[in-house]
Amino acid sequence: MGNKEKPIQNSKQFKAGEYPDSRGHFGLYGGRYVGETLMPALLELDEAYNKIVPDPGFQDEFKRLLRNYAGRPTPLFYAKRLSEHLDGAFIYLKREDLVHTGAHKINNTLGQALLARRMGKKKLIAETGAGQHGVATATAAALFGMECRIFMGTEDIQRQSANVQRMKLLGAEVIPVTSGTMTLKDAMNEAMRFWVKAVRDTFYVIGSVAGPHPYPVMVREFQRVIGNETREQILRRTGGLPAVLIACVGGGSNAMGLFYAFMDDPLEMVGVEAAGKGIKTKKHAATLGEGSIGVLHGSKSYLLQDENGQIQEAHSIAAGLDYPGVGPEHSLLKDLNRVQYVSIDDEQALEAFKTLCVLEGIIPALESSHAIAWAMVEAARRPQNEIIVVNLSGRGDKDLGIVSLYL
Amino acid sequence: MINRIDKTFETLRQKKEKALVGFITAGDPNISDSFSIIKAMCKSGLDILELGVSFSDPTADGPVIQRSSARALKEGINLRAVLEITGRLREETSMPIILFSYYNPIYAYGAKAFYKDALAAGADGVLVVDLPPEESDEMTSQWSGNELALIRLVAPTTPLARMAQIAQSASGFIYLVSKTGVTGSDGLDTEDIKDKIKLLRSATRLPICVGFGISTADDVAAIASVADGVVIGSAFERLIEDNLDNPDLVSILANKVNEFKKATKVKDSVTL
Repeated sequence: MGNKEKPIQNSKQFKAGEYPDSRGHFGLYGGRYVGETLMPALLELDEAYNKIVPDPGFQDEFKRLLRNYAGRPTPLFYAKRLSEHLDGAFIYLKREDLVHTGAHKINNTLGQALLARRMGKKKLIAETGAGQHGVATATAAALFGMECRIFMGTEDIQRQSANVQRMKLLGAEVIPVTSGTMTLKDAMNEAMRFWVKAVRDTFYVIGSVAGPHPYPVMVREFQRVIGNETREQILRRTGGLPAVLIACVGGGSNAMGLFYAFMDDPLEMVGVEAAGKGIKTKKHAATLGEGSIGVLHGSKSYLLQDENGQIQEAHSIAAGLDYPGVGPEHSLLKDLNRVQYVSIDDEQALEAFKTLCVLEGIIPALESSHAIAWAMVEAARRPQNEIIVVNLSGRGDKDLGIVSLYL
Repeated sequence: MINRIDKTFETLRQKKEKALVGFITAGDPNISDSFSIIKAMCKSGLDILELGVSFSDPTADGPVIQRSSARALKEGINLRAVLEITGRLREETSMPIILFSYYNPIYAYGAKAFYKDALAAGADGVLVVDLPPEESDEMTSQWSGNELALIRLVAPTTPLARMAQIAQSASGFIYLVSKTGVTGSDGLDTEDIKDKIKLLRSATRLPICVGFGISTADDVAAIASVADGVVIGSAFERLIEDNLDNPDLVSILANKVNEFKKATKVKDSVTL
């Protein structure tokens, strides 16, 4: 029993630009595993993406929006007190928490909404977990005068209620999802079901480097601005490259966005998954660390599943990491050993959350707190002349309710 | 040797009837009742059985089949158990059995073992909802033969050129999805379906069965007058759900099959 596909280990070097192939495969991973009703829409999207996005007119408008509307470039901040406290390597924070709407998600939604507009689609739908992608989609929809529906699990609606209010203020309809685990996975199921019905006039804005082709590559391309800026900033400021990059991984868009510009550089990269209540407890979201290969939400990737191919429940205190799948390119990067994937549990994330608040005056998102927690581990054991760059992917205002239950 | 699917359509043609194709989630409401229900349906006029393999995240299905899958999973159903049910049904009936699944359960089972075990159990075909022609080589390339029919979907959004491409790698019959949306949605536009069948007819000689949103005997009659077969799923599953504690559950389903079967015996069928 069991499939015979085996990951290729270390046999190949990852080169930026080599993946995906024209049908959206990242080695074994990725692809387009969807019902026939959606296939023509994905083929249309792929064609539009390849034609419209490289166009200089599109790129100009996208860059202008990122600068004048979203507030890019975001700063790269040397966390002096945190670094001194750990007495190790220098920690730099890429401040995606300072971009408009408070998380990196806006980079992608502006890109996709712009593409939707050029394709003549006037309605947007999106799934959301922590609500940041929902808010960012609702924001882009308001900016372009588009109709917007956001699918969100009722469990997440409860723990991220501030973001629900924001989406409503922005004119979006928030559709509560009560099926399954009532979190991000089920919000995505429901968004796909809605899309199957409304596919002719509706653009589905996927929030991570997941889903069927071309989403994983498209979201990566819209997010790679994070790494492009970071690379330029760190070279200009310090004259050298960092020793290691660190980002949290749920679906993996902020990590891919930071990492991609550095793929051909000699440095380490670490993706931090959520260990929830502990890897041994099964209440975690460490898909790459503990999962196996399978197909969910339109692509092949590592998944948390049982031996019969049924998807298992994920858990994390951070709603944005609470997902049993991961973007297909991360699966390839894991197999090729280009990125190390580790995990941080709920308690360690909360501890990092508190530390960053008091030492740097920055309230990080619980998702990003996982990356901070790993940076604290790395900094303490690395020599003092090395540089660590952490993607501070979002701000933590949305998490005050849940954090207050623990502190 | 002519296979059971082709033979069924041939027999129906001679009798001037259309195929009644029934989808049932294997293991709903539990494995033993499910077996009794399916056996009774087979004896009450069903022509082809689509046996549903439950998946935890059925993104192509509406609420009725989502709930039926959840009930079956709670009873411990998995692909191995569905193949066991298939084997037991094969001892009772010569009706074609199509396994209806999402890809991940088959992927986890292993495509090679699946082909071998499905044939051994007596299955005649497979329909994998989320495995379009673009991705299906990875499954079929592991098959040791081509005795298992590969039923493919054609959607309302599928353009003509793509219909032809899909039909090329399909066998058994083509499943024409009547409308955009998930299974069990309301509203049927027979005129629109007629146009789609005409278009699809120009791309394939395979029988065409229409499904999604067909829930009454009138719907069945309307579709039967223009297609080679009618697929019913959610309407059966809804009946199961509404009669979970009813001791007459099995005969209720059998009667419904009987009613629908009558509606497939069309007097003035249009040949498109």
